[in-house]
Amino acid sequence: MPTPATSPRTPAPGLARRRRERRLLVARTAGAVLVALVVLAPLYWMVVVALSTRAELLGGQLRLVPRSLTLENFERVLTAFPVMTWFGNSVAIALVTSAITVVVNLLAGYAFAQLRFRGSSVVFLLALSTLMLPVQVIMVALFRLVTDLGIYGSYWAVILPSAASAFGIFLARQFILGIPRELVEAARIDGAGHLRVFLQVVLPLCRPLLAVLFFMALLQTWNDFAWPLIALRDNALFTLPIGLLYLQGQFGADYGGTMAFALLSVTPMVVLFLLFQRYFVQGFARSGIR
Amino acid sequence: MTSLAQAGAPAPAEPARRRPRRGRARDASPGESLAAYGFLAPNLVLLGLFVLLPLVWAVWISTQQTDGFGAGDFVGADNYARLVSDGQFWRAVVNTVLFTTLVTPTAMALGLGAAVLLDGALPGRGVIRSVLILPMAVSGVATALIGVLVFDENSGVLDGVLRALGLPDVAWQSGGAGAFASVVLVTLWWRVGFNMLIYLAALQGVGSHLHEAATLDGASAWQRFRYVTVPMVGPATFFLLVMNVIYSFQVFDIVFVMTGGGPQDATSVLVTYAYENGFVTRDQGYAAAIGVVLLLLTLAFTAVQWRTSRTRDLTE
Repeated sequence: MPTPATSPRTPAPGLARRRRERRLLVARTAGAVLVALVVLAPLYWMVVVALSTRAELLGGQLRLVPRSLTLENFERVLTAFPVMTWFGNSVAIALVTSAITVVVNLLAGYAFAQLRFRGSSVVFLLALSTLMLPVQVIMVALFRLVTDLGIYGSYWAVILPSAASAFGIFLARQFILGIPRELVEAARIDGAGHLRVFLQVVLPLCRPLLAVLFFMALLQTWNDFAWPLIALRDNALFTLPIGLLYLQGQFGADYGGTMAFALLSVTPMVVLFLLFQRYFVQGFARSGIR
Repeated sequence: MTSLAQAGAPAPAEPARRRPRRGRARDASPGESLAAYGFLAPNLVLLGLFVLLPLVWAVWISTQQTDGFGAGDFVGADNYARLVSDGQFWRAVVNTVLFTTLVTPTAMALGLGAAVLLDGALPGRGVIRSVLILPMAVSGVATALIGVLVFDENSGVLDGVLRALGLPDVAWQSGGAGAFASVVLVTLWWRVGFNMLIYLAALQGVGSHLHEAATLDGASAWQRFRYVTVPMVGPATFFLLVMNVIYSFQVFDIVFVMTGGGPQDATSVLVTYAYENGFVTRDQGYAAAIGVVLLLLTLAFTAVQWRTSRTRDLTE
């Protein structure tokens, strides 16, 4: 490291330094607030447009703080489209997919963390390498597969390929490695089978892990777009993102309607995200896999 | 791959290191192996059926001339030969690479900047951090539609702001460069939070004593950033580089919804082009070939990254 020139000493270095630190803090705070405003602005604009009347939107009379608010966009969208059905589809698909993926990854994590077996590291690397291979690369073949399996266009066509994810394996293995092996071995000596050890010793200690895995999977499937777009064909089975695109195709430049629906579709996940931020942050920071 | 997934983590006490001590000699009793594969079976069946099988199948389909969704005729490497002379394909390749080289460094730089800004004590730090990661909760489709709203050439709020500042309007939708820029900007809005989050986690591992030592040595704020912070978050940088590049190679939601690849293919990327071929014109053999190219690109990048990171680890 190069040695920088030392700054000239002032008579009261403590005071000057404190003043400088104060100025820096103000500058940093201002910068952070500015960045936050830039990030918030588009979301705020979505809300404003969703709550504004058509006349205001068309007349270009929108202002940053709207004078009158209306729910007419929501009413129009809710009567013109099966929004509640789509909502239910999204909830069902996200919950089932997340449940499958969490269970399956937890089981695998237990095996990788606590059991010794031939091929352990090869299988582990193979499973993790599938993370590099998202659906975009294989969408044509996957489409053929679900067609041949006879599930094309059904919930399962979305759920099964989405649940086939190794994203939780690494996190689960890491977490379960932290459980003292003595605990597992003691239960084994007492005659418990592996399944029983898993269910009665390991699982109760895995609650934070379960929350992280579950919320990550939920976020992923709730917002998933490319694969459901291909796998679903029946309007009544659409998830919210697909419905949103469909609605935009029908409504075109009716931004009020589009934004009203966009708001409806993102609110549940945004609320969950804010409420359980801790788990999401841990999930991203620890596994970083998205 | 393991180190890749680990890079972003502060890795508390790293329990995995205990493993070798347990020894390999006495491992793998037949019963335990059986149990292990029993636990792995559900995952392996799902991955095998819905990831590995389609992967092999995709390579097979890419050697077929298909008409609609039915079985096709074997044509060998014809689809790949067609790709080589397909101007639209090359346009998509160039756009994908351009998108990657714009989004990756910018998202990482902004993410690091925001992380440094929010690392120290700051009033309202928690709230601001929540705001910055909020876009991660918004779906790609909704993000793209908000983008359409903001960048609309007739009624968009951004042009209004530009005009108010005395700047000229930008053809965000009808102009190729403008449309490309709009896609990049929306992507950045969506992804900077993730980059910041990983850097924040990495910064928490740096610890303040190094900064204090550097300050006592008279290092300026920039020098502390350049010679203390940046090297210390190296693993996170490597991890994010891989993550951002892979994401950018496979970008779909934002482009598909915002521009559909237009105007005149100005924003067409590999996945939107593959989708168009596979599910609009229904030339599935050709689409599968594009998918294989995308896979090869990803693998090539990963291999290069892996090698450079290994040499870096060895030299440092």
